[in-house]
Amino acid sequence: MLELDPLLLSRIQFAFTISFHILFPSFTIGLAAWLFVLEILWLKTGKPIYEDIARQWTKIFAVSFGMGVVSGLVLSYQFGTNWSEFSRLGGNVIGPLMSYEVLTAFFLEAGFLGIMLFGHERVPKAVHLFATAMVALGTLISAFWILSANSWMQTPAGYTVGPDNVLHVADWWQVIFNPSFPYRFAHMVAAAYLTTAFIVAGIGAWYILRGRSVAHGRIMLGMGLSLLVWLAPLQLIIGDLHGLNTREHQPVKIAAVEAHWETQKGAPLILFAVPDPKAETNHFELSVPRLGSLILTHEWDGEIMGLKSFPPENRPNPIIPFFSFRIMVAIGMIMIAVGIVGSVLWLTGRLYTSRWFLRLLTWVSPLGFLAVLAGWFTAEVGRQPWTVYGVLRTADSVSPVPGGSVLVSILLFVLVYGIVFGAGVYYIAMLVRRGPGETPPVPEEEEADPSRRPMAAAGAP
Amino acid sequence: MTPDVLPIILPLVWGAILALAVFLYVLLGGYDLGLGVLFPLAPTHQDRDTMMASVSPFWDGNETWLVMGGGGLLAAFPLAYSVMLPALYLPIILMLIGLILRGVAFEFRFKSGPYRWTWDLAFAGGSIVAALMQGLIIGAFVQGFNVVDGKYAGGAFDWLTPFSAVTALAVVSGYVLLSAGWLIMKGDKALRDWAYGISRYALIAVATFILIFSLWTPWLHPEIAKRWFTPANMVMLSPVPLATAATIAALWLSLKRRMRYAPFLLAAVIFLLCYTGLAVSLFPYIIPPSITLWQAAAATESQLFMLYGAIPILPIILGYTAYSYYVFWDATGHEGYH
Repeated sequence: MLELDPLLLSRIQFAFTISFHILFPSFTIGLAAWLFVLEILWLKTGKPIYEDIARQWTKIFAVSFGMGVVSGLVLSYQFGTNWSEFSRLGGNVIGPLMSYEVLTAFFLEAGFLGIMLFGHERVPKAVHLFATAMVALGTLISAFWILSANSWMQTPAGYTVGPDNVLHVADWWQVIFNPSFPYRFAHMVAAAYLTTAFIVAGIGAWYILRGRSVAHGRIMLGMGLSLLVWLAPLQLIIGDLHGLNTREHQPVKIAAVEAHWETQKGAPLILFAVPDPKAETNHFELSVPRLGSLILTHEWDGEIMGLKSFPPENRPNPIIPFFSFRIMVAIGMIMIAVGIVGSVLWLTGRLYTSRWFLRLLTWVSPLGFLAVLAGWFTAEVGRQPWTVYGVLRTADSVSPVPGGSVLVSILLFVLVYGIVFGAGVYYIAMLVRRGPGETPPVPEEEEADPSRRPMAAAGAP
Repeated sequence: MTPDVLPIILPLVWGAILALAVFLYVLLGGYDLGLGVLFPLAPTHQDRDTMMASVSPFWDGNETWLVMGGGGLLAAFPLAYSVMLPALYLPIILMLIGLILRGVAFEFRFKSGPYRWTWDLAFAGGSIVAALMQGLIIGAFVQGFNVVDGKYAGGAFDWLTPFSAVTALAVVSGYVLLSAGWLIMKGDKALRDWAYGISRYALIAVATFILIFSLWTPWLHPEIAKRWFTPANMVMLSPVPLATAATIAALWLSLKRRMRYAPFLLAAVIFLLCYTGLAVSLFPYIIPPSITLWQAAAATESQLFMLYGAIPILPIILGYTAYSYYVFWDATGHEGYH
């Protein structure tokens, strides 16, 4: 019989619960910022159409935020239930970073979320705008601490190792602003904005296609495209810089992402391959000579280390990082292309009539979420076999719990998240279907709903 | 203050902050989970709506104290966190699942039309599971954990014992007492009448469980017996059990006289006294019976770094919590359901 391995099962469970969770912050970071811009436009122009859109998307924001809170609760306990050795050995460093995130989230919840969600009728517009700005800022601060903690696990700095292997902080500044943090933070925030812009543009296109809420759809499409056209290419540059940083600090991750086995100068870019860790080679390889070195070192003859330069016990399995990275990049390219094509159509006055483009955009617009997941899989699987790169192995981080317990919890999480996620997505879909221009003005409806909580702000369907 | 005092003071400060967070959670999360336990027993559908509406502005604020407890324990006492959570793996996971289901029920129940009953089920079931698991967790915690070399060394079901089963029932009946007191404050006449009745049964159960718990706990560890039954201590500590008995009696009277606010407040006082008694029994251990607050504490520079954030933010959170109870006090939402 197959032995239930708590390490593997805990990894699967963590991957599942954190993947589920990250979808919601990716969305709400972008939405909060966009809602802020919409409110400014509304204040400046006085056009009610901006208010319509802002109100509709505030409801969608509320549902997403609620799901993010609920799935985040689980994560704050999983570090202990499943990764207790990591918590014990790394708690001095990771604990305070996480706590600052919790305190920030609290602070947000305390101060401004309520006003943003329920305060439209109760506070002056300027106060509401300020509350939205604070929520948008708060999501960024939350991301700041979480990405700082994650980056520290990728490129640890500012710490010392005690005689009992417990890690201690020597310099908080170096811990927080560790070498990969600025790149990862910029990359993730840009990804969140892009994901949101893409989906907003796609839903705008859908409204135009179906001929209802068309004016609102045009604004959404226009605003989405305006962000995509410059931020998608900029994200490529940020990603490139992030890659250079990774090559410097985590060369074995780059080797896995690129499926390079041998260290070589003027390395090719492998477009497709099936990496085979046992035979230490690739099958069905399709590559472009020298392009790999050019991209990763910005030099024709740059040297890229291969997996074989590292002892086998220190290498990640390249299969997931290799493919997830390519999925992420491909989606990035699609975003760039959509941004450029859409802008050209827009400038030449054909955007709203090019139904093929609108249809295409509607279909590809959820891809940002997939790109976020693919990017995180690249980063996290590529860090293996370490939880803290080069310092603490994943195998030494796991809790002393039996595999059977973890299997039970995985099954429960899959079941319950399936139900909750299904209900949440269904509910968001209902909110989207009823376009912003179609909502009958029934403020009483909101008054009547006694549950003044995030998702309750979304009103009755 | 000289730097070498910090390693002694900071664990106490953080112990106090976490104790406060956990107490607030037990009190606030307690009445709110208790409502879920009472939910299936409520006389009418409209009462269920009232019950849910009376707590919906507060439930996630209440829950954030639990997040704070978890996050704070990791940061301030990583050793305790890394022993307790694996030891309590299954009850913690089940508690989280229960909390998720009941939490989203608040959000989806009023919008799901004919499927409302599924969310009713999720709310009641999730609340009951979460409350039971919290009771088991407290029982297992008092019982102590098998620790070798700073790691949990027990089995997957060490938390399940007759003692923890009793604490589970005790906690559920305590939560019911709190939430019945809550409904006496918030309900209309019919619901109040019902809640007075429930309170009596709950109070009898709570008083019985407190008695069992007080007699049983000293037998778990000789140190606890020594603490309570050394002559000098007996005199010094006697106010705790005496005050508990007096509060129980006062609560009984307040129910008889059908007082409006006293039942909830007195139930809260009972919780505070039990909590104090527990703290007296266990101090200075954070993992009974082997690891003290100081042994489990994070490095001084870590506890200090966190304190810089906690000192300004905690009072704001406390203030806001009080303010939101003030603002939404009358939101029982009757107007929405005619």
